[in-house]
Amino acid sequence: MNQKPLLEIKNLHAGVENKQILKGINLSLNPGEVHAIMGPNGSGKSTLAAILAGRAGYEVTEGQVLYQGLDLLELDPEERAREGVFLAFQYPVEIPGVNSAYFLKAALNEIRKHRGESELDAMEFLALIKQKMKLLELNEDLLKRPVNEGFSGGEKKRNEIFQMAVLDPKLAILDETDSGLDIDALKVVAAGVNKLKRADNTQLVITHYQRLLDYIIPDFVHVLCDGRILRTGGKELALELEEKGYDWIINQEPVTA
Amino acid sequence: MSTATETIEEFVNKEYKYGFTTNVETDTIPPGLNEDVVRLISRKKNEPKFLLDWRLKAYRHWLTLTEPKWHHVHYPPIDYQASIYYAAPRPKKVLNSLDEVDPELLKTFEKLGISLNEQKRLSGVAVDAVVDSVSVATTFQKDLAKVGVIFCSFSDAVQKHPDLVEKYLGSVVPAGDNFFAALNSAVFSDGSFCYIPKGVRCPMELSTYFRINTANTGQFERTLIIAEEGAYVSYLEGCTAPMRDEHQLHAAVVELVALGKKSEIKYSTVQNWYPGDKNGKGGIYNFVTKRGKCIGENSKISWTQVETGSAITWKYPSVILQGDNSIGEFYSVALTNNYQQADTGTKMIHVGKNTRSTIVSKGISAGRGQNNYRGLVKIMKHAAGSRNFSQCDSLLLGDKCGAHTFPYIEVRNTSSQVEHEASTSKIGEDQIFYCNQRGISTQDAVNMIVNGFCKEVFRELPMEFAVEAQKLLGVSLEGSVG
Repeated sequence: MNQKPLLEIKNLHAGVENKQILKGINLSLNPGEVHAIMGPNGSGKSTLAAILAGRAGYEVTEGQVLYQGLDLLELDPEERAREGVFLAFQYPVEIPGVNSAYFLKAALNEIRKHRGESELDAMEFLALIKQKMKLLELNEDLLKRPVNEGFSGGEKKRNEIFQMAVLDPKLAILDETDSGLDIDALKVVAAGVNKLKRADNTQLVITHYQRLLDYIIPDFVHVLCDGRILRTGGKELALELEEKGYDWIINQEPVTA
Repeated sequence: MSTATETIEEFVNKEYKYGFTTNVETDTIPPGLNEDVVRLISRKKNEPKFLLDWRLKAYRHWLTLTEPKWHHVHYPPIDYQASIYYAAPRPKKVLNSLDEVDPELLKTFEKLGISLNEQKRLSGVAVDAVVDSVSVATTFQKDLAKVGVIFCSFSDAVQKHPDLVEKYLGSVVPAGDNFFAALNSAVFSDGSFCYIPKGVRCPMELSTYFRINTANTGQFERTLIIAEEGAYVSYLEGCTAPMRDEHQLHAAVVELVALGKKSEIKYSTVQNWYPGDKNGKGGIYNFVTKRGKCIGENSKISWTQVETGSAITWKYPSVILQGDNSIGEFYSVALTNNYQQADTGTKMIHVGKNTRSTIVSKGISAGRGQNNYRGLVKIMKHAAGSRNFSQCDSLLLGDKCGAHTFPYIEVRNTSSQVEHEASTSKIGEDQIFYCNQRGISTQDAVNMIVNGFCKEVFRELPMEFAVEAQKLLGVSLEGSVG
């Protein structure tokens, strides 16, 4: 199988304000794959997600990121989004005054416009999202509220995956989507994510705990510690980590699959 | 010579360029203001004696007043002797095609979605469909006449309904009210007059567009609206297209009289006077006195405004709540960008019992704009059981702009209730990034968030105005986020 990778991270070094956080990341993601990144606090997981999404405030000092052959780091965040990069935020922000449905329709139409597809009007949009809402067990009322305003933690996370379902990205980065969720909410979110998996898209699941990976089964697990990927393995690696803790990996020599 | 004086001089000279090449008699007078000028204005307009007397009284009083300086805006001194106070209504210089119009202006028209015919009309290009506009206006006048609504220019009203004018002119804003009102009362040129008879709900929204008047927008406009018992009217003032005028100072006076029981006047303004260039040069000073009086029991006056223009805005549309159970409302969005300054707000004076007032003021500051809200809620001793709710929200875009709030609250009885809420916020980087990450550009994100911020006010505008106002806000905020 000689597929072209969807995302190639080559020797990525990055940090903030003179502090190095990522110290040489190499990662290759192919379409149809689910990759998990696990690591202790401060390992650089969220930094990696932020840099891929294009958040300001980070400095890339070395390395390259290719997305579908494009130089990802050269693109503005909205351009990356229109090319099919989606970040499910760890802490989704509230936007008072901006209606959720209106917001999502605007986003979808930007992406459709970029792809050369026709924009959806309000009726078409509502029809599209109705079924996706059911998938994530979201109450239709939620869409009438301003973006994330008054949403519970669980609702916010489900809303992120709901948006993912509507925007249909090629690369979905899930930044600690399981944090703050109880087991039931977790199952709903995971089921949603699984339903969205296809042969032509890729999911990058960033998580601190193994628990989520019981429901979202990864093809590859990478362990990130202190800005470096120390080890890559299959889904069993996650279980081993759960059992033995991060120190076990840190004390070993780096092994990549 | 101050910059303002130079600018006025420059513009004054421009007038002669457009001048009266076909008329033998020049129909303007030299710059300067004195009693003779006031008499001349009145004579030229063929006004009855009561009006001349009224003007003279106002002028003499103006001479005793000093220009107010308590406001939080700064501008170079205005030379009142450098202006021309009378110019015969004349057609605007007619251009032959849109190609002759300033391309910047055309770009703005495009963004605001203004139709071609409308573009031509606004920029002085001969309108092909003259027949259309005349016939539209004619049908319109017929519908109004059928129900007894009077809607015409102020000058027409003076000729055709002098009794009404005499009775109500100055009844809400007396000539001596303030410096600019006094000046306006002495030299006002024209404006709108509207009278709604008892029990009539005006069948359409009245707008300055429909006033058949080829004159340039006056420097000193005067508007008077009267609603009898059970009458209702919705009046739209203004224009979303940038209004450039030769005169730098605009000091209009608007008086609303909700005369009878259950009468209601809704007055909406979308104003986009030329705000000056990016460096704060030029731009119009909009110093206007607007006031409504709820005389009838259960009457209601609502002011809704979206102000994005003018270099300096100084206006406080107010309501005097005299009739018991009367209601006053003020909904406002004021935007200041680049070097604009605004000192605006409202006064709600509760005189009658159980009167209610609502104030929602949204200020948006960008660039180096300075936005000031100045509001007075005054509940008089006998206004028992009255209520006020005020909400002043400021949104700051960037770190070089300012927002200041000066609320004045005076309550003179113990059975009334006053609530005041205020908030100041910025658009967070996180919010912008969230929008970006969903494919929405930063400018669109700002527009969305600002629109959300202004929603409550836009909701009060008549529909087409609301759509235009939203677009206008987008255009005015362009490039404000660096």
